[in-house]
Amino acid sequence: MHLSHALLLAALAIPAATAPVGAQELSGTLKKVKDTGAITIGYRDSSVPFSYLDGNQKPVGYAYEICLKIADAVKAQLKLDKLEVKLNPVTSATRIPLIANGTIDLECGSTTNNADRQKQAAFTNTHFLTATRYVAKKEKGLDKTDDLKGRTVVSTSGTTNIRQINEINAARGLGMRILPAKDHAEAFLMVETGRADAFVMDDVLLAALVAGSKTPDAYAISSEAQSKPEPYGIMLRKDDAPFKAVADAATAALYKSPEGKALYEKWFTQAIPPRGINLKLPLSEPMQKALAHPSDSADPAAY
Amino acid sequence: MFANFDFSVIGASLPYLFGQGMVFTLTLTALAATGGIVFGTLLAMMRLSSIPGLTHAAKLYVELMRSLPLVLVIFWFYFLVPYIGAWATGSATPIQVGAFSSALITFTLFEAAYFAEIMRAGIQSIPRGQTAAARALGMSYAQTMRLVVLPQALRNMLPLLLTQTIVLFQDTSLVYVLSLTDFLGAASKVAQRDGRLVEMYLFAALVYFAVCFTASLLVRRLQARTAIVR
Amino acid sequence: MNYTWNWGIFQEPSPEGAGTYADMLLSGLSWTIATALASWVIAFSLGSVIGVMRTLPSRAANAVGAAYVELFRNVPLLVQMFLWYFVLPELLPAGLGTAVKQLPDAPFYTAVLCLGFFTASRVAEQVRAGIQSLPRGQRMAGTAMGFTTVQTYRYVLLPNAYRIILPPLTSEFLNNLKNTSVALTIGLLELTARARSMQEFSFQVFEAFTAATILYLLLNLVVIAGATLLERTVAVPGAR
Repeated sequence: MHLSHALLLAALAIPAATAPVGAQELSGTLKKVKDTGAITIGYRDSSVPFSYLDGNQKPVGYAYEICLKIADAVKAQLKLDKLEVKLNPVTSATRIPLIANGTIDLECGSTTNNADRQKQAAFTNTHFLTATRYVAKKEKGLDKTDDLKGRTVVSTSGTTNIRQINEINAARGLGMRILPAKDHAEAFLMVETGRADAFVMDDVLLAALVAGSKTPDAYAISSEAQSKPEPYGIMLRKDDAPFKAVADAATAALYKSPEGKALYEKWFTQAIPPRGINLKLPLSEPMQKALAHPSDSADPAAY
Repeated sequence: MFANFDFSVIGASLPYLFGQGMVFTLTLTALAATGGIVFGTLLAMMRLSSIPGLTHAAKLYVELMRSLPLVLVIFWFYFLVPYIGAWATGSATPIQVGAFSSALITFTLFEAAYFAEIMRAGIQSIPRGQTAAARALGMSYAQTMRLVVLPQALRNMLPLLLTQTIVLFQDTSLVYVLSLTDFLGAASKVAQRDGRLVEMYLFAALVYFAVCFTASLLVRRLQARTAIVR
Repeated sequence: MNYTWNWGIFQEPSPEGAGTYADMLLSGLSWTIATALASWVIAFSLGSVIGVMRTLPSRAANAVGAAYVELFRNVPLLVQMFLWYFVLPELLPAGLGTAVKQLPDAPFYTAVLCLGFFTASRVAEQVRAGIQSLPRGQRMAGTAMGFTTVQTYRYVLLPNAYRIILPPLTSEFLNNLKNTSVALTIGLLELTARARSMQEFSFQVFEAFTAATILYLLLNLVVIAGATLLERTVAVPGAR
């Protein structure tokens, strides 16, 4: 393996060695951004309307725009003339390792902020609240958690939801078959094509998938939730307080301003690309509170 | 039976499928094949050298890579390379490696093990008398390899190396598991966006088949022309 | 390296409620083995038939065999996996398609079929090469003894060809074993998939992948040892 190390060293040392050095007072991500003049945003394929690909296969979305605001704030903070925003696709399964190993600096999507994950990554202020539910074809007549008994259920691998449904399955002995899918679109596809009976996910994502499907009327979302409403946050590397401070200040200012409300309305109450569907999800009372008093707490009870 | 299918979705997405997807696939294939052949040749020479440390290291590397599924190796490297980079450069924080570079490093290192075995067979196919003759002429080991053995070995092995490159071209489709936009990734993104799985996957299969089949026919013709008759 | 190692993780219960993370990986291992063995049965039998077809005097048989090999060799395995899983049921009559999709363990059956047909094309090439490497005199001797074509293959050509191609068949078997990991894309909970789930649940990326790597290496060793034993058992005394 010696030679492979040597080659890797050669391959990797070149960009590292040519990067300008300076700005001693900075550390972590801010230093890296200053040195390289670039920040990398991780985006999702199909987390509608948070972070997904539009008709031209370019990332768009509510969380994606929040990330661009954070990038602007970083640029202003570092007094850079130019900041290149690089994009890297992530899946639910890859996002946490990629944040940890430095491939991406900000993860913009629909990542649930919980205590477990805070051991791996940091989260900025909450940008949405959502509970776990499931979607199924109406003709199957599924509505409650116990209706899933003995069914084939799909969820996206690497999400809190697949963990919750596994725990419920074990605790209540429902005997479900739980299949992991790579991303939300693939999971929904399993329900659409009849490969699975139900798709367990955050209700807002399910609503967006149903609205964007060929036959929105054919699907129903369960009335019983499988979790309390949990907060979504933009994910960044842990133990990087200066960077988090910039991101927190930028998101807090955005959420409290009329611009934050407008941004919310743009993605949740108006027609969105690629097919001009409208999710019709006006600002709920807990969401109004969450935006008025920005918080990065992982505790659902705090909202 | 194709009554419900809409093949116009393919036409509409051609620029994306080829302009982005196929370009990614071909670039990755070309760069990884080049890197893989260079590193693979080195590994083969290490393995055939008479220095026990080098021989064993190369053997271990080749056997390890050939024992693991590519999917697992892709995950390994995507998560691990930034840490190795940090370790190699003495940096305190992981080095940022983009998705494409990461895929490139993975495929180069993985395919090198397969290229190494082809090269080893190629080098061993050169009669020992030639090496002995070169040494008798006063050539160094490096000169013997560069001027006598490798040119002939490469000629013998060219069809196999190209066939392995076709395999590599097919293998790059596995970056799908990382959500990167190679040709198959692009096809599946369109398929999922428009709910047109059948059309897109059939089309992807057709394109892969056309490319690989044509390439393998060309390799066979080349093989007939370059074979050294002994 | 700012990564927190925790090798004790394997002893901790997995959130699936059915045992520890180690049990999770072992269940993945058994799916990997089951898929590899079941698909090898198809690959070996079908591959032998196709390989034999390519050595028959019949032109039609040759063409069919060649077409099969080219078709399955020139499309990436992952694409073939999607064709079997997502495309095939849609092309079947509606009732049958739905039945196929609702089979319990559909990913397993799909993966077995897909890998079986895919690997068969590779086995076929080996079988053909094995038969063609035999001296022509063997086929003639068979005919001279009054054997039919079937008997010539059954008693003369195949027993010799299989012995010759045992080493390349072993490596095709190993390839087939490794290729089972591609089925994680259609939801088969095999070893790589389980290592990935373990990473997602526990966040211990490198422990999970190290364990999977070791298990794959052990599987390889077992197969190689088995093949060596088999080679020794079936060797014709005095030959080579």
